[in-house]
Amino acid sequence: MERMERRAALTGAGQSEVGRRLGRDPLELTLDACLAAIEDAGLTTRDIDGLSTYPGAMGGNPGFSGAGVTEVHDALRLELEWFSGGMERSGQLGAVVDACLAVACGLARHVLCFRSVWEGSAQGKGSRAGIGLSGGGGGGSFRASGPPMEWTLPFRAYSAVNWIGMFAQRHFHEYGTTREQLAGIALNARRNAALNPAAIYREPLSLDDYMSARMISTPLCLYDCDVPCDGATAVIVSHVDAARDLRKPPLRVEAVGTALRGRPSWDQFDDLTTMACRDAARMLWERTDLGPGDVDVAQLYDGFSFIALSWLESLGFCGKGEGGAFVEGGGRIARDGEIPLNTHGGQLSGGRLHGYGFIHEACVQLWGEAGARQVAGDPEVAVAGAGGGPLAGCLLLTRL
Amino acid sequence: MAEKPFRILPRVTGENEHFWCGGREGELRFLRCQPCGTYVHPPAPLCPDCLGKDLQVEAVSGRASVLTFTLNHHPWVPAADHPYAIAIVEIDEQPGLRLMTNIVGCPAESVHVGMRVRAVFEEHEDVFVPLFTPEGA
Ligand SMILES: [Zn+2]
Repeated sequence: MERMERRAALTGAGQSEVGRRLGRDPLELTLDACLAAIEDAGLTTRDIDGLSTYPGAMGGNPGFSGAGVTEVHDALRLELEWFSGGMERSGQLGAVVDACLAVACGLARHVLCFRSVWEGSAQGKGSRAGIGLSGGGGGGSFRASGPPMEWTLPFRAYSAVNWIGMFAQRHFHEYGTTREQLAGIALNARRNAALNPAAIYREPLSLDDYMSARMISTPLCLYDCDVPCDGATAVIVSHVDAARDLRKPPLRVEAVGTALRGRPSWDQFDDLTTMACRDAARMLWERTDLGPGDVDVAQLYDGFSFIALSWLESLGFCGKGEGGAFVEGGGRIARDGEIPLNTHGGQLSGGRLHGYGFIHEACVQLWGEAGARQVAGDPEVAVAGAGGGPLAGCLLLTRL
Repeated sequence: MAEKPFRILPRVTGENEHFWCGGREGELRFLRCQPCGTYVHPPAPLCPDCLGKDLQVEAVSGRASVLTFTLNHHPWVPAADHPYAIAIVEIDEQPGLRLMTNIVGCPAESVHVGMRVRAVFEEHEDVFVPLFTPEGA
């Protein structure tokens, strides 16, 4: 079978200012990230002939989307051969995977992919809005309709933390996973964030801090939840033939994972100890001769800490059910550990850039540009995965 | 039952009315494929097993087991009963026939995986929200 994604390469990455509440125009943040990525690749806006984003423009959920395809297209006066924006796809990074397919099929040569959020500003004083409450207002006349809201909100499950908390609880039950173990994800993120000037929470976080933190939805406490922020991220996906003479060594897309074999639901998924990342990860390894042992850095979605644990198991960095022991103490996932995880601080400490912080950091590490947090040994293979619950998509990048 | 908490209610339609309003008659109801016997949830126009369209509303026993749960502590909306228990329960009649719900009528801290529960209903306007309580309660 021909692996079409291998005709695609990552050639540039950029990020806007990132902050808890910047109060800046979300479109301006988006364009800052886009222009940074274009410049990083050594391209100009005239070279960009494709545009791809998640989730696209959204009116009803303040802060969830800073810009859609149309606004960026017009603001940069792009001349596009191909474009796509939307959220019914393989997680947040599905928009990057689609860009890979577009260049592989010859629909475009350089696709600008972006994700922009301003949830920090939208949520005002720092209280984390629940899903649905932010969209529907939660007023007496509002009624929930369709999945997932109809099947969650009437049961006072207002937030993804409730839904993910139930996956985590089932994992705790079946495998004896503990909060002390899960803490390894959050503490590792904070240690890495301390070395990332762009990260939001950089002060030291101890196991005691974690264990005594306010419970949000058992077994997940405050530090198991990522931090809403304002910011935008962009990457350039180029056809490998158009990537060779650019500024950066191209990062070839070795394999992608887009599968969702279980039911597309937060409460009907067949195995409540894992999530859609199980299917996407399995597909990723089906499309390459490389294996988990070849990966030098892993940038895996931590919208809630348990999701990262689930990605680690799904990608085979440890066995199913062994994630708790694997992350306990944080040594194996540290920058000098077996598999450095979320070296920028993840979303837990770096900010909820919603999937795109992970692909950005994967590129930065492979290009050796991570500064104080750079992983030693000249990493050559990185995996980036995003999404929790029924959302999942992942890419394996290589300099080889 | 204690004072009813605030709930966002579902929009009741012809397709979901059996589920959201069956509690008026004290029944937990699902669509069931008549030829093959499969219960279908959430409601859909056809049976996922045989793809047949002969689905009829049937009541189940309301007996179920807790597959997993979470105790919500965060005050998304003001409420007097934090933490409260959200759970996914599996209905006795069919493996995989499940729904998200709340476990009520017991201390939240007593909820556990495998807990045996039965359906009760909480009336809000035209909706009878199916909740679950310990089997012996
Ligand atoms: Zn059938």
